[in-house]
Amino acid sequence: MENTIKQIVEKYNSNRMRLMDILIDIQESEGYISRDAITTMAAMLDMSQADVEQTISFYHFFSTKPRGKYTVYLNNSPVAYMFGREAIKEAFEKSAGIPFGQVTDDGLIGLFDTACIGMNDQEPAAIINNVVFTRLTPYRVREIVKMMKEGKPMEELRKESFGDGKNNLPSLRSMVSSNIRRKGMILSDDYKYGTVIKEKLPTMSPENVIAEMKHSSIRGRGGAGFPTGLKWEFCRRAKGEKHYVICNADEGEPGTFKDRVILTEKPELVFEGMALAGYAIGGDEGVLYIRYEYRYMKNYLEEVLEKMRNEGLLGENISGIEGFNFDIRIQFGAGAYVCGEESALLESLEGKRGEPRDKPPFPVEKGYLGNPTIINNVETFATAVRIVQNGGEWFTQFGTDDSTGTKILSISGDCMFPGVYEVNWGFNVEDMLDMVGAYDVQAVQVGGPSGTLIGPDEFHRTLGYSDLSTGGSMMIFGKQRNLLKDVVVNFMEFFIDESCGSCSTCRNMTQVMNNKLKKILAGKGVAKDLKDLKEWSKVLNPSRCGLGQTAANPIVSSLKNFRHLYEELLQKDKDFDEGFDLESSVQASCNYVGRVPVFNHH
Amino acid sequence: MSDLIKFKIDGKDCMAEAGKYIVDAAADNGIYIPTLCNMKGVQPKGACRICSVRINGRLMTSCTTPVTDGMEIESDSAEIQDLRKSIIELLFVSGNHFCPACEKSGSCELQALAYRYQMMVPRFPYEFPLKRVDASSPRIIKDQNRCIFCKRCIKTIKDEKGRSYFVFRNRGHKLEVVLDETMGKTMDEATAKLAMENCPVGSILVKERGFEIPIGKRKFDKEPIGSDIKL
Ligand SMILES: Cc1cc2nc3c(=O)[nH]c(=O)nc-3n(C[C@H](O)[C@H](O)[C@H](O)COP(=O)(O)O)c2cc1C
Ligand code: SF4
Ligand code: SF4
Ligand code: SF4
Ligand code: FES
Ligand code: FES
Repeated sequence: MENTIKQIVEKYNSNRMRLMDILIDIQESEGYISRDAITTMAAMLDMSQADVEQTISFYHFFSTKPRGKYTVYLNNSPVAYMFGREAIKEAFEKSAGIPFGQVTDDGLIGLFDTACIGMNDQEPAAIINNVVFTRLTPYRVREIVKMMKEGKPMEELRKESFGDGKNNLPSLRSMVSSNIRRKGMILSDDYKYGTVIKEKLPTMSPENVIAEMKHSSIRGRGGAGFPTGLKWEFCRRAKGEKHYVICNADEGEPGTFKDRVILTEKPELVFEGMALAGYAIGGDEGVLYIRYEYRYMKNYLEEVLEKMRNEGLLGENISGIEGFNFDIRIQFGAGAYVCGEESALLESLEGKRGEPRDKPPFPVEKGYLGNPTIINNVETFATAVRIVQNGGEWFTQFGTDDSTGTKILSISGDCMFPGVYEVNWGFNVEDMLDMVGAYDVQAVQVGGPSGTLIGPDEFHRTLGYSDLSTGGSMMIFGKQRNLLKDVVVNFMEFFIDESCGSCSTCRNMTQVMNNKLKKILAGKGVAKDLKDLKEWSKVLNPSRCGLGQTAANPIVSSLKNFRHLYEELLQKDKDFDEGFDLESSVQASCNYVGRVPVFNHH
Repeated sequence: MSDLIKFKIDGKDCMAEAGKYIVDAAADNGIYIPTLCNMKGVQPKGACRICSVRINGRLMTSCTTPVTDGMEIESDSAEIQDLRKSIIELLFVSGNHFCPACEKSGSCELQALAYRYQMMVPRFPYEFPLKRVDASSPRIIKDQNRCIFCKRCIKTIKDEKGRSYFVFRNRGHKLEVVLDETMGKTMDEATAKLAMENCPVGSILVKERGFEIPIGKRKFDKEPIGSDIKL
């Protein structure tokens, strides 16, 4: 085994900055990262063992204990529950004979929960040894576990047909469906990739490209909405040895899956966008940082890159432009939502824990390896190609004044046709619900857990940076759903699990608020609790990154728009109840000393 | 003292060298902004958030933000002072702090800030989390109950190769600061002493030492924290 570890470390030139790749390779080849592996690695990389471990323990998909020959990661997003996750979980536990969080004694099967894997349009879904299984049913689960017990290879576990679109290409062979239900400029088939690089760039200076981007008024599609042209301009002007282009495909916000679909159906468009960004900022290296949940796309995406190299769309002196060199490598994450935050992404890319950096300085000045770097969302790069192709002016005809262009929405939950829909900005929620066939809607979660939960009296609102801003996640909840129990608690626990832990506020306040919410749900709430929740949420404001700053949103927005759901649960006859249960609190110590307490109940 | 720039804190005119972090620039002008994770001369990592101030409407940490010409900083508002007090309270409820039994009492920065901000009873419920105490090193005790994750030990206590004795483990609410097992075994006395000194609270204690300075004569027993920052 030591040899395998050595080979893996050497494959990455014993470079500490490539620790993520090293750990991924070890995890995949050994099934876990053993103490011996850590010792060997630490010595070769000149790190302390604990230092290696601090990176390992940050990421959900790394483990220092074996996770089974077959490792099941079952999605736990609220939409998964709506489509029967409980039954799936039970079926796995019953047929494997272990509860979730454990591995069978013979080391064959491990069952684990995992945060939204980007399959909300085909739940319940699970990842088993990097293969995505969608639309699971208890019967299928029993069948799958039976085959695992027979030691069947992964290819045989799948009985379903391949998904639509490119999912059935030989290098993908995935049962995932793209579910494209509405096409616009990005998803349309009327663009032949490479056209901009071949025909446009030779006629444009980098400054021209940036000017068109600025003129288009496009803002980032990843959620924060920073003007893309400006970002590129800052980066071009910043001084540094090298300039980097990074595509953010971490797509961790529960309920979003449009980047998965773009990367499946239009990867060339994304890579072309990265190349033209490289041209614009004067950078020759690009990285696609993609979440580990999408590991099943690895071979496919590498094949696409290779094809584009062969076609002269990547490489040296691209399109005959002297000095226009650009190539792209793929970096996988390892299960950490916060790594979608751009500076945490950079840390991860440098082989470290994904702890966001203090800003300023911003990545455009000091990014990857301390050099000027642009980080943009998958959709932003894809859109950039169409902007440069047709001009910034053309682009402004789509959408609204402050939100130009189209937006690809990931729509899931209680509706007839979940999937991706490319619409013009300015679309309103009512139309959106009618478009997807959603009836008897109680609420829509706009923009994922970090966004807002709105009810019918706000369905007239429109999607755009100045009204309902969104990275594209739209979860629809019907009247039959228990919003507080099934949605709000789920989202709060998501933030608690995914916080990097660096800020005192984000590390602790999410927990404090969730405890209070649970107290209310347990029937122990009083009117003051609602006031406290609202007041206390402000303590999250000084958090370092967007995760902490928005982590109270599930509670704050449901408290604002669905206050009655909270009020119904409050005790009417009490002003004060700290939620403390004496009887259960002393149970353990009573058992220990063998005493039976007598409580005076009157 | 070349490039002097002008800025304002709570309306007061101040001057400092360009590029200085706001906390230090404020101190030069006799204004105290509380800190916990920050250490002079060490690369900051805004972890505790207690030094937050408002600039152009935005909350920024003053230990990580360089002061710029014409900057207007709000630090002493009721909102920000209460935010700081909330953070102190949050740190108390999320750990287990029984000051009378703590070797660091009187020279602990968290305790001193609690006094300065007149914390009586935290507004948040105590969590009483179960935490570990690691006494495996012959030199020190690492008590998780009191750690506030300031990262000071991680950043400053290193061996000759530049490797850290202390590192993070896990993330979020499960975060811990742990001592490298091997390195902990060979840690020398001077390093152990420095680690304890650099820890703002009583999470790192040197073994077999105690109460060398009696209670009542310790650093913050005499003057509240921040008293050294005066004009
Ligand atoms: C906790 C957190 C997670 C994020 N996750 C993503 C993500 O998965 N994908 C993404 O493009 N942006 C994500 N962002 C936003 C990025 O920090 C950054 O703003 C974005 O990648 C910039 O690209 P854009 O300008 O093209 O949107 C996240 C931000 C935060 C705070
Ligand atoms: S806000 Fe939360 S996730 Fe972001 S840096 Fe702070 S602790 Fe980490
Ligand atoms: S570390 Fe500080 S606050 Fe905590 S118990 Fe010790 S003296 Fe008190
Ligand atoms: S042990 Fe002390 S110095 Fe280290 S992080 Fe914890 S509180 Fe800070
Ligand atoms: S002192 Fe600035 S964040 Fe801790
Ligand atoms: S009575 Fe025990 S610490 Fe005060």
